[in-house]
Amino acid sequence: MSKLRQYLDKVRPHFEEGGKLHAFHSVFDGFDTFLYTPRTTSGAGEVHIHDSIDSKRTMIIVVLALMPCFFFGMYNTGYQHWLACGESIFPFWQLLFYGFLTILPRVVVTYLVGLGIEFVVAQWRKEEIQEGFLVTGILIPMICPVETPLWMLAVATAFSVIFVKEVFGGTGYNIFNVALVARAFLFFAYPAHMSGDKVFVATGSMFGFGPVAPDSFSCATPLGQIATTTGNSLQLTGIDGSILSSWDAFLGLIPGSFGETSVICILIGAAVLLFSGIGSWRIMLSAVAGALLMGWIANSCATATYPASYLSPLDQLLYGGFAFAVVFMATDPVTASRTNAGKLVYGFLIGVVAVLIRTYNNGYPEGAMLAVLIMNAFAPLIDYCVVQRNISRRLKRATAKN
Amino acid sequence: MADKVSNKSIFLNPLSKDNPVIVQILGICSVLAVTAKLEPAIVMGLSVIAVLAFSNVIISLIRNTIPTNIRIIVQLVVVAGLVVIVSQLLQAYAYDVSKQLSVFIGLIITNCILMGRLEAFAMGNKPWPSFLDGVGNGAGYAVILVIVGFFRELLGSGTLLGYQVVPQWCYDHGYVNNGLMILPPMALIVVACIIWVHRSINKDIE
Repeated sequence: MSKLRQYLDKVRPHFEEGGKLHAFHSVFDGFDTFLYTPRTTSGAGEVHIHDSIDSKRTMIIVVLALMPCFFFGMYNTGYQHWLACGESIFPFWQLLFYGFLTILPRVVVTYLVGLGIEFVVAQWRKEEIQEGFLVTGILIPMICPVETPLWMLAVATAFSVIFVKEVFGGTGYNIFNVALVARAFLFFAYPAHMSGDKVFVATGSMFGFGPVAPDSFSCATPLGQIATTTGNSLQLTGIDGSILSSWDAFLGLIPGSFGETSVICILIGAAVLLFSGIGSWRIMLSAVAGALLMGWIANSCATATYPASYLSPLDQLLYGGFAFAVVFMATDPVTASRTNAGKLVYGFLIGVVAVLIRTYNNGYPEGAMLAVLIMNAFAPLIDYCVVQRNISRRLKRATAKN
Repeated sequence: MADKVSNKSIFLNPLSKDNPVIVQILGICSVLAVTAKLEPAIVMGLSVIAVLAFSNVIISLIRNTIPTNIRIIVQLVVVAGLVVIVSQLLQAYAYDVSKQLSVFIGLIITNCILMGRLEAFAMGNKPWPSFLDGVGNGAGYAVILVIVGFFRELLGSGTLLGYQVVPQWCYDHGYVNNGLMILPPMALIVVACIIWVHRSINKDIE
């Protein structure tokens, strides 16, 4: 590692004022502070303390927390593909390698497009490169179906980075979660490629690796199947026709977007976020409470008109992207509420709205994405109310004493 | 003040520097509603030019006889009469387009640009400058409508004026029309892009 440090110090003069490569100084700074902690410290006589957990370190911990879901997603992609091909033997490393080959181009494309835009904007504004895309870049492929074409990912990434982040002033100023807006853009712009029973499982062989799936198979996600169910009973099936239980959904070996299927891996990620203090337990807990409450209400007045209302409250948590959205999207510190009381309200409403959309709008099988986005819009209002209430409460106390 | 402004700038200012849509941010509602396709956008633009120009002239002709306290009512009556004429003409000669535009021709009455120009310009100026002002503002509105309609139809449907523009070759290779372009939110973003480009060219508007 010290070799790397020495090399960085050796080339630094080229990027400083007057150096040959000064035009790329923000790129250099970006890499340097990514690899090592920033060089800036408070000068003598200043009273500020620099926390060593700066936003780059925060982002890296979130990426680490995403890793269990990511590796599981790779395995599950291969597993679903092998199932779709009608195979009966599931060689672990081949499945993992197939999933790796499937996801790799998607991650590369989102990072290239997103970081490309960040670099250009940073150069243009003569600012440091902002690190916000580190997490977004890995989240976008993880919340999209594996069969999303690469160019769509590129368009959606460019759209959300420009119109949701850069126009508002860059990392830390966005009012909506950037990854979710990319997902929402894809969902509304190319609905045929974002829902239905063909997109959630990789069909072809990747770079010549792996078997090719036959044309005729159905791989609707559990929630997709529920939305098209008629009648009084729910029967969720996997690709091979076997019946899915809540336990399968907990483990995650079901069709779905790349990273969202396994609740157990999401819980590991949640533990990492909570242990490091980056994710807010208030948001996660209240969102689960909200979903359970709304799921219980929906379930206790279940009708055949809204088939998702037959799901038990616990299943509402297990299926679809709810768990992933709550742990990794709702807790995004930029777009969530800031006050502690506000976080409870914000999380609770995310849970309620997610189940509400999922259950009572058959057009949208999954509501977690839209729930988080709509609550992003309300987060400042919630904070405002909390702050005002606090002010008036303290004012009353102060005036009562006199 | 009105006498010092030349007729030329009365006509040309609303096209860019004083554009009713992208500088004054008026009439946004109809920009969102009628620009999913290019053809209705053009027809809507022409209708607004016609109504705005003639209502400006009529109000300007009778500006000295209108009692001040009922002037809004008089302006509304004039605009409403012209809108009905335009609407009837469209139903007679361009029925399909008038079906697409549905209520939005009728809603020209409530377009802020109209009342704004009548109040701000026609009430205090002679008929000829008023006519130019009406045509200029109407054209400024129509230009934005056409630009927005162009991008929304091209990217959202792959067509222009109903003719296929994006070649079949692209669809065969995986290109898909952007469904979001058909939805109204995208019109706002396209308008925002036009404002962005316009402001970065004309840095003095702020």
